[in-house]
This record gives sequence, structure tokens and C-alpha cells, in this order.
Amino acid sequence: MRRFLITIVWLYFAVLLIGPVAYLCSEAVREGAATFGAEITKPEALHGFTLTAEITAIVLVVNLIVGTATAMVLARQQFRGKAILSGLIDLPFAVSPVIAGFMLILLFGPETILGTFFGTLDIKILFAFPAMVMATLFVTFPFVVRELTPVLQTVGTQGEEAARTLGAKEWQVFLLVTLPSVRWGLIYGATLTVARAIGEFGAVLVVAGNVLGLTQTATLHIYQSYVDFNYVGAYAVAATLLAVSFAILTLLEIAKARAVASIAQ
Amino acid sequence: MKIEVRNLSKQFGSVEAVTRVSFGVNEGELLGLLGPSGSGKTTVLRMIAGLEMPTAGDIIIDGVRVNDLPVQQRNIGFVFQHYALFKHLTVFHNVAFGLKIKQWKRQDIRQRVSDLLRLMSLEGLGDRYPHHLSGGQRQRVAIARALASRPSVLLLDEPFGAVDAKVRQELREWLIRLHDDLKVTSLFVTHDQEEAMEVSDRILVFSKGRLEQVGLPSEVYEDPATEFVARFIGSMNILEVVVKNGTARMGPLEFPAVGYPDGHRVRVGFRPYHVRVAEDPSMFRLRAKLRHVYFLGVAYRLEIETDEGLLLRSRMNKEEFRQYKFQEGAPVSYAITQFRILPEEGTHAPLPASSPLNRGPISP
Repeated sequence: MRRFLITIVWLYFAVLLIGPVAYLCSEAVREGAATFGAEITKPEALHGFTLTAEITAIVLVVNLIVGTATAMVLARQQFRGKAILSGLIDLPFAVSPVIAGFMLILLFGPETILGTFFGTLDIKILFAFPAMVMATLFVTFPFVVRELTPVLQTVGTQGEEAARTLGAKEWQVFLLVTLPSVRWGLIYGATLTVARAIGEFGAVLVVAGNVLGLTQTATLHIYQSYVDFNYVGAYAVAATLLAVSFAILTLLEIAKARAVASIAQ
Repeated sequence: MKIEVRNLSKQFGSVEAVTRVSFGVNEGELLGLLGPSGSGKTTVLRMIAGLEMPTAGDIIIDGVRVNDLPVQQRNIGFVFQHYALFKHLTVFHNVAFGLKIKQWKRQDIRQRVSDLLRLMSLEGLGDRYPHHLSGGQRQRVAIARALASRPSVLLLDEPFGAVDAKVRQELREWLIRLHDDLKVTSLFVTHDQEEAMEVSDRILVFSKGRLEQVGLPSEVYEDPATEFVARFIGSMNILEVVVKNGTARMGPLEFPAVGYPDGHRVRVGFRPYHVRVAEDPSMFRLRAKLRHVYFLGVAYRLEIETDEGLLLRSRMNKEEFRQYKFQEGAPVSYAITQFRILPEEGTHAPLPASSPLNRGPISP
């Protein structure tokens, strides 16, 4: 019985995960390493990677700052409506990214107040970089907050109080005590944010419109190559992203183990 | 006076945690704040530290009112119940933390930390992380950290609450020696009356946010100012008795209660070791039945049931116990050699320490 169950699990993994990954990798290099190299260094592909990297970097920085601040408020402050706010943070998990994209279009469309405002300033939000960042922010916002809040609660405030009795000012307490004691939780949240930001497709597609060389991220490039029957191109870029994801996953596991260990101590 | 606390009160929402507490602490004193959980003792300590803001009242340290001084500027050392060590820092850096904040020179920090580690018997552990230390070692690191920048007052919140019984005893003795060496004014909170008696120069007894009594350990023990103190510190037999003609009488038990009006109900308290018991029914005037004998290691506790159905506790040392052949269930005789009439519930004026009015031996 036990053997049977283990076999089932392995089979499931093989069909669903290992098979596709292996096939993708083999297809990516089917026409040789040279073609693979050429595909991922094509200007469009490079532009996609760069754009994805830029969006990810900005989203990561914003989430680290705003996410940490939000987690501090949720973990340490008692206030009216906290439960509602706490529930709202999970909204991006429940809402389809495509819907998130549509919400941004409705908000910044040319007929809306915000759209008109930015229009008169000649700042392009929709179908441009700002909307892509916002869409990605929307879908990644919960990660840092959700990872950090329970860690902050578990760590408690005694260490911070101890630092104050030793003369530390509030910014010193935060930098020297609070942040170091939750660092693995923060890194875990950051890793999830990066993974999600790199892989985001739907929300970005809706708000950015997949304009070649302008608003085409790496994932949009994969989609475009595939639609254009450039299978090797699609596979090559996909395999590259997959490698990045795998690296992040490894980091994630390390961070998770450290986070658990640092709480257990 | 090193610290003066005047009419200190603290309100948490609708709960009054501390009510008009006043006391003074002398330079170099080791003061124990004793009380059950929720009695407000920790809140008082935290207010002195500046970790909690008083609702009313004044805190004066070295002649300066510090109510409005933030915790960072009060120059106090605080030891937390669960150590609150910085887990991401080594022992050395934990102890050095405050000195770095205060921008001591590198050389001085190194010197001060190594001196403290030696004082705390923590030599060679400077590079360890807190989770590699035993409970007792962690506690000593916490004390070293609190003492590092030479605070004018050391505050300890249940300092030995989180270690096992044996280590607890060692730490107590160690704290007394440390205090003898350093002479830094120290206040510590405990719910353990034995610990408070053993360690403190003076004891402050708290109950329900009020200060019940301040005194030497012997005073608090021998002359409890309130019924609460009598019950909380040490064991005490307490009887409720009605006064008639200047005597509180309950069957054959008579307690002189001069000055109390007839019909007044008083509470009479006496320590177990003031109840003498003999197997010979004619040895003492009063009769009872031996219900149970408890072996306590250093002594025995005897539970007797008087002919009137009262249960009394007696304590007897081993030598005396061995002179008798006590049998559970057998009749015995007993006498109460000393008692006191306890102040009434709600009154907080301490009674005169050993007034013949309300305290004295009864002849057998």
C-alpha cells in the first residue's frame, strides 16, 4: 500500500512537473547550443529580460519598504478595522491577475479623473512602464506582508524594549534589532516576490499591450514567439526563466529553513 | 534617597493596574517587589524604567523627576524575564550593544565587556550565540548587558522565573554576592516569597495594584500589616472569631483582644510553628485529633482537627517529631504559643509592630 502511494506520487510529479521541464529543456537545445544562444540574445529577447528585471527590481524595493511597514503596523498596532485591512491584503491572491489589469485600465483610462490628470501632464501610465510596475505590484503585494507579520509577532517586542533600555533610539532599534531578527522571514517574502514578478503574465499583458521592443517582458516574449511559430525561441527563453526560477526556489528553501530555525531558537 | 515613587498609578483601559503606590529606595539597596501575578509589581518596575508611562504620580531618580524622560535617557539597566537577548548577536556583542550605542571607544568596550564576562563567570563564551548557552548563562549575559554602561539603577523582572529550581537557587546566591560586590541600587520583581525573603534587603508586598507593606523580610514575615500579607508570606492559620468582653473566644480557644468592641469579628492568625502538638492528651490544655502528617524534608507538617472541627496546621522540627510516636487518627493535645489579630480587609494602615494589645502568647 505504502509503495503504491509513493509510486502514485512519483507518477504524478513525473507527468505534471518533471516531464514538461525535461521536454522544455530538450526542445530548447534541439537545434544546438548556438541556436539557443542566438535566441536568448536576440534584441527582442534581451529587451524582454531587461524589462522584466527592471520591473522586478522596482517591485522588490517597493514591496520591501511598504510591505515591512505594513507588517509592522499589522503585527504591532491595535486599531479599528485591522481585521478588514488584514483581509484585504490577501485580495491579490484571490483576484485573477487579468482582473487586476482591467482594474488599472479602468482607473487610469483616458476618460477617468486620474487618466485625464496624467494625460495633461503628458505622463503615459497605461501601455507603458508605470502600469506594468503597478500591475506587478498589485499581484506581489501580499508576499512580504504575509511572511513578515507572523514572524514579527513571534519575535515579540522584548528585544526592542531591551535595546531601548540600553539607549537605542527608535531607528537604531529597528535597524539593529527588529530587522536582523526577522531577516530570514523578509528574505523569504522577497524571494516569493521576485519569483512572482518574473513570472507575471496576465496583469501585465492587459495593461501593457505586448508592444514588441517597448512593453514586451520576458514572459510576453515567450508567448509572442510561440504564437509566431518560433518554438525554439519560446523554449529557449522559457528555459532561461526556468533556470532563474529554480535558483530562486533553492534560495527560498534555504530562507525558509533559516526562518523556521531563527524562530525556534 | 536614590529612587522615590509618589502616588504612582497606572490605568490600562478600564483596568487600574497600579493604585497610588509610594515608596523610597535607598542608595545601594536590593529591594524585592513581591506579589502574585497581576498585582502590579511588574508595571511599577516598568514605569520606573520608562517602558510604561504612569497615569498619575511621580518617579524621582537621584532627585530628578524622570516621568517625562524617555527610557533611553534614564540610565537604568533592565533585565527581562525571558532574557530578551539579541539572538543574532554573540555574547560579546550583546553585552557591548549599549556601549556601542553610547559610542564608547573600541578599546574601552573590549575592556569593559571582558571585565563583565569575567565578573559573571562567562569567560570564553564571548563568541557564542545565545541559543548555545544554558538558561543560567543566558540570564547572566542579560545581567552583564544591563550593567555594561554602569546604570545608576538595576531593574530585574522575575530574573529567575525561567530557569529550573536548582539553577534558580544558584542564581539567587550569585545575585546576592554580585550585589554585595557592586552595590548598585537594584529592584527585582518576584512572585516567590522565599526568593524575596532570601535575596532582598527590604520587601515591598503588592496585591491588586496596591502596596500592602514595606519592610525588612523579618518584619514582613513576623508582623504582616494586612491579612493579605499574612496569607501570602509563609503559611498561617487564620480563624474568624467574635469578641466578647475583650476576648475573642471560639470554644475553648481564647485570644485576648483588648480594645475591640463586643460582637466585633476579628481574624486571628498564627504561624504553624506556633501550634505545639503532643501525643500526650494531657500535655496541653486543648484537644484535637491528628489528621495527617506530611514529611517536608527539614521538618514535618501536622494537620490536626480540633474537637470543634477546625483544621489547623502545625510545623515541627525533626528532633521534636522523633520524641513522639504520632499516629494518624490518634487524639493529641495542642497549644497556640503566639498569635496576632490581623488588620481588617480593606484597611491599609499598618498596625503597631508588636503592640501587646493585639499580639501575645497564650499560656497552655
